[in-house]
Amino acid sequence: MDHVTGLRCRECGRQFPAEALHVCDYCFGPLEVDYDYRGIAAVVSRGRIAEGPRSIWRYRDLLPVDDDAPVDLGAGFTPLVRADRLAAELGLGELWIKDDTANPTGSFKDRVVSVALTKARQLGFKVAACASTGNLANSVAAHAARAGMTSVVLIPHDLETAKVTMTAVYGGTVVSVEGTYDDVNRLCAELTSERPTWAFVNVNIRTYYAEGSKTLAFEVAEQLGWEAPDHVVVPIASGSQLTKVAKGFAELGEVGLLDRRPSVRISGAQAAGCSPVATAFAEGADAIRPVKPSTIAKSLAIGNPADGWYALSAIRDSGGGCAAVTDDEIRAGIRLLARTEGIFAETAGGVTIATLAKLAASGVVRRDERVVALVTGHGLKTVEALSPGTGPTVTIAPTLSAFDEAVTVVDDLGGSEDRGATPPPA
Amino acid sequence: MTVSVRIPTQLRTLTAGAGEVQVEGSTVGEVLHALDGAHPGFAPRLFDDDGGLRRFVNVFVADEDVRFLDGLATTVTDGQTVSIVPAVAGG
Repeated sequence: MDHVTGLRCRECGRQFPAEALHVCDYCFGPLEVDYDYRGIAAVVSRGRIAEGPRSIWRYRDLLPVDDDAPVDLGAGFTPLVRADRLAAELGLGELWIKDDTANPTGSFKDRVVSVALTKARQLGFKVAACASTGNLANSVAAHAARAGMTSVVLIPHDLETAKVTMTAVYGGTVVSVEGTYDDVNRLCAELTSERPTWAFVNVNIRTYYAEGSKTLAFEVAEQLGWEAPDHVVVPIASGSQLTKVAKGFAELGEVGLLDRRPSVRISGAQAAGCSPVATAFAEGADAIRPVKPSTIAKSLAIGNPADGWYALSAIRDSGGGCAAVTDDEIRAGIRLLARTEGIFAETAGGVTIATLAKLAASGVVRRDERVVALVTGHGLKTVEALSPGTGPTVTIAPTLSAFDEAVTVVDDLGGSEDRGATPPPA
Repeated sequence: MTVSVRIPTQLRTLTAGAGEVQVEGSTVGEVLHALDGAHPGFAPRLFDDDGGLRRFVNVFVADEDVRFLDGLATTVTDGQTVSIVPAVAGG
């Protein structure tokens, strides 16, 4: 049994039943899931969670839908990796990477889609649909296949090849739209009115879908031994993930899973080619001005972010920062994370790492803080962003002499290697 | 000018269920006020206390967000379509 008491408008407070609703029909404000936190606190415990599956469903008491057999490919409980080599490069102390590249379809979207389709199925929907910059498309198509649902996925026409293939392979309908993501999103928002029997996970199911991102906060705290970090760096597209990470930490305090109510600074990361939230933060503005995106970080290319205002508020309320990075900085961020920690992130991860570097250099992220950076998607999805600059060091004929002539590798002993017949150190 | 206004589900109670209605006007602001005249109840849903569009209301003329055009002063031509779309979607 879930602990949902209903839906409530974040703007005007009007209350609604827990149905397929995402917008207040009076003021158009977003609806938020309300829970019976006392009821949750009475049943939830660290031990009960530890006995649960190694997926987001170990936190089922704190999710907006409960089901003994959820629509599940194993999303969540991804590695939290201590990143000392990256920390040293950035002049930071205790740094962790939340490696969400390890999700079933390679991005954090599996968290939200598993929740959304489980709820959609309970509500009786047979068709799963979405507007996507790619990662969501992959995940909706895969989870719909898993659930035996029909999928209809709408994407902008200029997505990376891997993201298109990783969607189409599951056999659903993939609609490539001649426009930006914001055009696709507007089309889907209109389609939701015309196809009311379809579950658009990020439109009419969005209220539930978005809650899946809270599990990032839950996992980080559990993996740190039930302690909250001091500072989390989160990429911003629609702003939903950042907002829900903040909500997740607050809920852990609310239901007593943390010893005290956490105080987590939350900082936002954007690409300079699509930075409406970072711009509003820098200007101290109270409104988010939409932009026309132009960046290699296509998964973050939302020029009119639905939760931009709430993300900005969460950053300000927590004492965090927000910055934007150029395409070159994004590529450098991808390479830096790969070189120092062995994690290959997509462009959004490059945005996070490059922004972390910028915020560390400016003193917003501090050396005395326990810092977590969210790396939310796998690098194989966006290889175009790195080519042709990332490839073989050298190309040679298959002979020893060609190798000796062309290859010089500096080893641990500090010099050019010439191992000859010398055995490797024991 | 006669333009078509596309109405989202959330506001179709005001139009007796119609998803598209015809109204007169030469700017987006005129069109939306004409809509409220023909189907009372739109204005408080669409406009804030200062008369601007509410934060979570998007309006499109020929599929372009009026925030990229001239806002409520954006001119419309005969036969064009104006869409009212909830902003909370996507991501």
